[in-house]
Amino acid sequence: MLIFLLRRVMQACFVMIIISLISFAIQDKLGDPVQQMVGMSVSQDERNQIRNELGLNDGFFLQYWRFAEGAIHGDLGTSYYYKEPALDVILEKLPATLELAFCSILLVILVATPCGVLAAIKPKHILSRLLMIISSIGLSVPIFIVAILMVYIFSIELNMAPSFGRGQTVEIFGLWESGLFTKDGLKHLLLPSLTLAIALMPIFVRLIRAEMMEVLQSEYIRFAWSKGLSARRIYFKHALKNTMLPVITVGGIQAGTLVAYTILTETIFQWPGMGFLFMDAVSRVDTPLVSAYLIVVGGIFVITNTFVDLIYGLVNPTVRLASHGL
Amino acid sequence: MNLLSVSHLHVNFHMKEQELAALIDVSFTLNRGERIAIVGESGAGKSVLGFSIVNLIGKPGYIKSGSIKLENKEITKMNLRQLQEVRGKRIAMIFQDPMMTLNPVLTIGDQLVETIRSHTKISYKDARNIAIEKLHHVQIASPEKRFDQYPHELSGGMRQRVIIASVLLLNPDIIIADEPTTALDVTIQAEILQLLLAICRDNGVALVLISHDLGVVSKVAERTLVMYAGHVVEEGPTLEIINDPQHPYTQGLLNALPQMTLPGQRLNQIRGSMPSLAERPSGCAFHPRCPYATQKCRQEQPRFIYSGVSSVACFLVEDMLNEFADKDKEAS
Repeated sequence: MLIFLLRRVMQACFVMIIISLISFAIQDKLGDPVQQMVGMSVSQDERNQIRNELGLNDGFFLQYWRFAEGAIHGDLGTSYYYKEPALDVILEKLPATLELAFCSILLVILVATPCGVLAAIKPKHILSRLLMIISSIGLSVPIFIVAILMVYIFSIELNMAPSFGRGQTVEIFGLWESGLFTKDGLKHLLLPSLTLAIALMPIFVRLIRAEMMEVLQSEYIRFAWSKGLSARRIYFKHALKNTMLPVITVGGIQAGTLVAYTILTETIFQWPGMGFLFMDAVSRVDTPLVSAYLIVVGGIFVITNTFVDLIYGLVNPTVRLASHGL
Repeated sequence: MNLLSVSHLHVNFHMKEQELAALIDVSFTLNRGERIAIVGESGAGKSVLGFSIVNLIGKPGYIKSGSIKLENKEITKMNLRQLQEVRGKRIAMIFQDPMMTLNPVLTIGDQLVETIRSHTKISYKDARNIAIEKLHHVQIASPEKRFDQYPHELSGGMRQRVIIASVLLLNPDIIIADEPTTALDVTIQAEILQLLLAICRDNGVALVLISHDLGVVSKVAERTLVMYAGHVVEEGPTLEIINDPQHPYTQGLLNALPQMTLPGQRLNQIRGSMPSLAERPSGCAFHPRCPYATQKCRQEQPRFIYSGVSSVACFLVEDMLNEFADKDKEAS
């Protein structure tokens, strides 16, 4: 276990170095930040002076070294626009995004699992067929159309939920601004998280269905039937646990997709999270903020996948042994 | 009353374009504590027969007609709930490959305890005690430790022992063993077979042993059914069938056994191969491979008759019997 974690941490460090290098490398490709910072009236000499002060005229590796040195101490540069440490700006928006992602993942698990199982055990049932049709439509419709439809149906026509913002939030331990504990906050959460969940659900319904169908063909399921176990026990204990192994792995990879989708979802629903902030930062050429965002997201990705591997090890007994051996 | 009686069982596979018959008019009986064997080549319908006894033929197979009676209860007419009561508790099954039979993500203990607890209302602790006792019974060392392990931590032979233990949990009347030793090492085969035999003998459990290995069968079964292309072609006491096979197919099977007396001799084999379900020949299904086939064999299906040694479905035997009967008449 300890060895497994150590290996994981080393891998994570390596991945983070690569991510930081890439995100730093794109900084000077996004445009001239000085142009965005100063007005038209500033002369070329003054601009050069600012460039020198910011260290923008130094060589790439020197700049990267400076950046990396800061990064190790938790300093990812200062946002040009907010004039605050970029990391602080992002971490302030982190709760909003995490809550959104968490709710949509919860929705995906709670809806996709029973749907996938139903489609697998009763493939000819009318509901299963309907599910398959809906999921293939869901796979092919882009998320912004889903989002716009949601706004149109639930906010404009039915007037059930607000279409933008986070609503009322409460502070927890003075660190975390949460919308999960107020009625207004939950109402605001509804549409964005539903949109995000709809984007991911079809893949999971189909994956769970396909895996489950394969598992149900296996000898150990037949043996379970021959022992006279109840159908419920066979489906939900014997089959589902085996079905979930590949689903967990794919789930970890999809965490990356989820982040990409939060950018779109947050922009459409004006959700004050990291994704929304990122879009703003890009349009303002706030390069430190952009690279800080990429690094934070990379970190989230690494952490989620480590967790996924740990969960996988808990579900699959053969993996535990392997981690001892290596 | 017979413990199990299968009569005129027809099992079909419902395919997209056609109905394929996997079992045709299969009948046999099994008494309490009796051990019978079902032998034949791959594809003869042995396993299908084994699975249909507990109505567990995988789709697209289904029981078309005929009856399977456990004492006086008709298995073919049971609903799922009634079947679940029979499966495991009255009739238990052992599968071919122990590496595939146990669920890889559940502990041995989990898989044993759930079997007991889904049939009888007892506490987890009591069920655990029974499970450990049975593991001990099948000669597994330190059963308490094995109880908490996962299948992948056990060897193949050990897993088959666990499966035998799991089959014993509820003291069933019948064990159906579908090639229980085929996937195992030769040295372990003998051990497992001995164990199975001892258990059936000691507890008075009836055994249906499905095998293609006549050597195995001769050691275990009192009676043998020989199957070919979905038919039972010969049935009788194992010793008689092995010493004096009547049906040309049974003779072929026995000839194909390697003999250790003559070194350097080529192994005998039956010419050709078993027809697939879709290409079943007319008349006696064995006629294309039979050295004695006549015109009649190609056109008509032989009846099942008692030859004096065993019951056989073959015109050759039937004609011979008729000849003897005629001679008897003449003599008197």
